[in-house]
Amino acid sequence: MSANETILEVNDLKMYFPVTKGLLGKKVADVKAVDGVSFQLSRGETLGLVGESGCGKTTTGRCVLRIYRPTSGTIIFDHDEISNLSENEFRPYRKKISFIFQDPFSSLDPRQSAGSIVGEPLKVHHLVKSRAEYKERVEELFRMVGLDPMMANRVPHEFSGGQRQRIGIARALACDPSLIVCDEPISALDVSIQAQIINLLEELQAGNKELSYLFIAHDLAVVRHISDRVAVMYLGRIVEMTDSNELYQNPLHPYTRALLSAVPIADPAVEEKRERIILKGEVPSPLNPPSGCHFHLRCQLASPECSEAAPQLKDVGNGHKVACLKV
Amino acid sequence: MAALLTVKGLQTHFNTDRGIVKAVDGVSYHIDPGETVGVVGESGCGKSVTQLSVLQLIPSPPGKTVGGEVVFEGRNILEYEANGAQMREIRGGKIAMIFQEPMTSLNPVLTIGRQLTEMMELHQGMGKAEARARAIELLGMVGIPDGAKRIDNYPHQFSGGMRQRVMIAMALSCSPKIVIADEPTTALDVTTQAQLLELMQNMMRRLGSSLVMVTHNLGVVARYANRIYVMYAGRIVESGDAKEIFGHPKHPYTIGLLSCVPRLDECGKKERKLVPIQGMPPALINMPKTCAFLPRCAYRTARCEQEVWPELRPVADRHYVRCFDDIGQANVCK
Repeated sequence: MSANETILEVNDLKMYFPVTKGLLGKKVADVKAVDGVSFQLSRGETLGLVGESGCGKTTTGRCVLRIYRPTSGTIIFDHDEISNLSENEFRPYRKKISFIFQDPFSSLDPRQSAGSIVGEPLKVHHLVKSRAEYKERVEELFRMVGLDPMMANRVPHEFSGGQRQRIGIARALACDPSLIVCDEPISALDVSIQAQIINLLEELQAGNKELSYLFIAHDLAVVRHISDRVAVMYLGRIVEMTDSNELYQNPLHPYTRALLSAVPIADPAVEEKRERIILKGEVPSPLNPPSGCHFHLRCQLASPECSEAAPQLKDVGNGHKVACLKV
Repeated sequence: MAALLTVKGLQTHFNTDRGIVKAVDGVSYHIDPGETVGVVGESGCGKSVTQLSVLQLIPSPPGKTVGGEVVFEGRNILEYEANGAQMREIRGGKIAMIFQEPMTSLNPVLTIGRQLTEMMELHQGMGKAEARARAIELLGMVGIPDGAKRIDNYPHQFSGGMRQRVMIAMALSCSPKIVIADEPTTALDVTTQAQLLELMQNMMRRLGSSLVMVTHNLGVVARYANRIYVMYAGRIVESGDAKEIFGHPKHPYTIGLLSCVPRLDECGKKERKLVPIQGMPPALINMPKTCAFLPRCAYRTARCEQEVWPELRPVADRHYVRCFDDIGQANVCK
């Protein structure tokens, strides 16, 4: 297995949610939550997926996890096409693709002990042969995420937010996955606790070079910190995707520029010199997105041709991809 | 220049089954005319309770402001009755507040026009028609297009960002001397946050009002605040000019906060590992007399464990720190 081997390939993924009306549930429209998203993720790599609420980043992650069955497009995981598998056929892949959710309060069963939350995947997938092995593995998982195995009998409400997120991470690691979809894993935590979880995720990856993350978040500074590459989404489409340092030093898409300039930096001396791009208006509804480039109504560079055809992601060199006619 | 608002030794305690929670325990600060002051700290540090106490908005019981004074326009406004006419005149009229949750702080069964005009009718004695015209004008000022039509809408017909614009319009409707914004943009997306903060800054300049910005986001205060108060466990641990605090942080907690968040202008994990603050913020019951940050502090000494938590002391021009030691730049974990 080479380090640059592709573990996940998503091609032209579309996820439309029907809007129904009336007693018979007649379909009247589609919410195009994800509208033609393509990306690749290599083994051991972290791809950050950023964007504002409603841009489709979470839906993309959920399609990869097969929580949603995509409307169209392909998802190739480790050479296998998985987007059309039935629930039973998909089960073996659940061991390989794991998840960490945003809210450490609602994503753990309040009546289950921490130990059984972490150990459940081991039982479901028959990964342990004996009770002793099960216990040993759960203890190992607790230690991996920095929790005391003595706490395995406690229930979630006895833990703090940061500790609960650690339980969620231990559960995600139970099956020794190759890919973890992290959906806003730190945004519900206090700032001083966020760093602990980010460091934990980084240490886990440093300890297992085969582990890949699809890291979904709205906090651009965190995404830059943790990701090797970053994809910026706007209204269901990827508008720019490149190496994380390149994205922050040389953003090309007008939306990326506005998004980056909107994030304040904790240093007044730096802030004084920064250019601030204040976008006009709000993100349009995905029910009725603008024609052509979805961003053209708010874009400073927009010209009439921007409203005609949706620009495709094109490579402008060194794997820096951007979907804009003006670049 | 005389301070517009001076808070001295404010103490707000909550009675709970498990004991008295000293949410605010001796907080002193001042607000000068026309300045933007940032109050930062993690959840539970008492930053919101301090602001609510100033306006006597703490529900009692369980909460009670048990000590200190709040001097505004030469009078201690804590002496006013919480629901009395004098306090009502200040609240909304002279000191206005913008809350975090635009979803829950607007009344869902009243049109936004009704909610906007109510304040002006009460505080400024405007007639219905006059207040309505002013409300439409205010909606335009805060960037809500087509105000004449939107004024008859209900809060649920607005998006989160638009609702917060309505809140801003409401807070500014009586040209207050001070606007207190409690996490005004936390629930919103970054580009909306930038729109609203820029709007607030411009409106403050236009009115010449002071702004108190309560937030956990260090970036926001770095961008907008002139002066900063850092709070921890119900007390101010460091205060000073924004440039001074960010350039030469002195309190271990401030240093910890600054080094535990990734910065947008910084290269990623390969260059710098984040330094988390160990442990958890304390539950504010039965706090020891020693420094509340002691259990999490990376710079603690034997002295910290023996002596009571010191008062704020000056370390530079207008820069105060509540710590025994001078933690210089050289010691800062980078």
